[in-house]
Amino acid sequence: MEKGSYEVKVGLAEMLKGGVIMDVTNVEQAKIAEDSGAAAVMALERIPADIRQYGGIARMSDPEMILKIKEAVSIPVMAKCRIGHFAEAQILEELGIDFIDESEVLTPADEENHIWKHDFKAPFVCGCRDLGEALRRIGEGAAMIRTKGEAGTGDIVEAVRHMRQVNREIRKLQMMDKEELMAEAKRLGAPFEIVQIVAQKGKLPVPNFAAGGVATPADASLMMQLGAEAVFVGSGIFKSDDPQERANAIVKAVTYYKDPAVLLEVSRGLKEAMVGIAAKSLPEAEQLAKRGW
Amino acid sequence: MKIGILGIQGAYHKHAEMLRSLGVEPLIIRYNAQLEEISALIIPGGESTAFSMQLSFRLDFEKVRDFALSHPVFGTCAGMIMLGKGDNDPRVRQLKLMDFTVLRNAYGAQTESFTAELDLTLNGEKSAFHGVFIRAPRIDSLGEKVKVLARHGTEPVMAEQGHFLAASFHPELSGDGRIHRYFIERITT
Repeated sequence: MEKGSYEVKVGLAEMLKGGVIMDVTNVEQAKIAEDSGAAAVMALERIPADIRQYGGIARMSDPEMILKIKEAVSIPVMAKCRIGHFAEAQILEELGIDFIDESEVLTPADEENHIWKHDFKAPFVCGCRDLGEALRRIGEGAAMIRTKGEAGTGDIVEAVRHMRQVNREIRKLQMMDKEELMAEAKRLGAPFEIVQIVAQKGKLPVPNFAAGGVATPADASLMMQLGAEAVFVGSGIFKSDDPQERANAIVKAVTYYKDPAVLLEVSRGLKEAMVGIAAKSLPEAEQLAKRGW
Repeated sequence: MKIGILGIQGAYHKHAEMLRSLGVEPLIIRYNAQLEEISALIIPGGESTAFSMQLSFRLDFEKVRDFALSHPVFGTCAGMIMLGKGDNDPRVRQLKLMDFTVLRNAYGAQTESFTAELDLTLNGEKSAFHGVFIRAPRIDSLGEKVKVLARHGTEPVMAEQGHFLAASFHPELSGDGRIHRYFIERITT
């Protein structure tokens, strides 16, 4: 019997496909998420929109609050640690977290290196803006990749850019001769062996989810139609005027992402979405997607 | 012949890949009307609460249950929870078609997820099978009508009762098609 192998890490990511992973900050929100049919929750003290507002250093959440959420729901519970902060990750693993998000939403602890994720029994998800970044994270042991998008804005434009970029670079790899793959691996800054696998299979070797800026059922459907295999919703649900109703609507929009009749039905009469900030209007220092190397 | 796979959420694409590799056409099921096109149904791994919440929208719990009463159904992990009984959590609507009770997430958090070599018995022949257990459920008590097809040590991890088959592990993730082939053969005979 072997626990915590790469096979069971990617296995859990497979189980989350076709689902919605919702950011929650307390037990009440976690229950709303579960009752709406969420596939998992992300426990954190402040959702990205509030992290932007408060400023300061954003760190791993208090383990006490994560444990309370774990007790309240039966679906998997995820939590975030800072980029490169392997001690925070060790604490999250010790408390029995189901998935760790090494996240650009928190203030990075290391501006050159990410965590060596193969050392952990808990699986990791990491964000990316392009294929090279995705494959570097997979090389370090990530069991799931997500777009970074621009968290806490309610603006889907960056998530669309990142998903299209990854898919375009995968298609390019598929068209290359084997002689060209080494140079392309060099250009991408990606591990050669994983570049070869992607060129052969035409997809990432781990599930590829969407995150960062999803605010409406239509946003969720858009990302699924662009090739995302599941959707993270951060600020979009609990910064809206009727979180339960919006959570229900986004869950249905992900399952029925190709059915415009369902999308119309669940989009009608929803109360206000989160207010949002145009990602383009953010000064460079406030662009979370730029964090990660 | 088409085999349906419940497509609310979860690892339905992995089951579809496995069926295709065995020459069977899969159909992802999200609407009541699709049940008329299929000969059997697979309920995949995923979250049983997520399945339960959405089985009253375009695909109804009662229609799935009616279909299951007269057709073969194979449940893996969350699918096994749906086929079994005894989970008194209001968040999960079990079909209660097989005579065993289950405990959800019985091994603990994801860090307790594991792989193990199982003792499998198919058509009277014994062999080993690579079992992948992800936040797996556990069979708590077994009724008399249920036949055990696989064990991890002494613990039952795969069960058969009439036209129902249930596994607490994920044969769709192991790259070994023997259990899916067994299910397909049972439909055609």
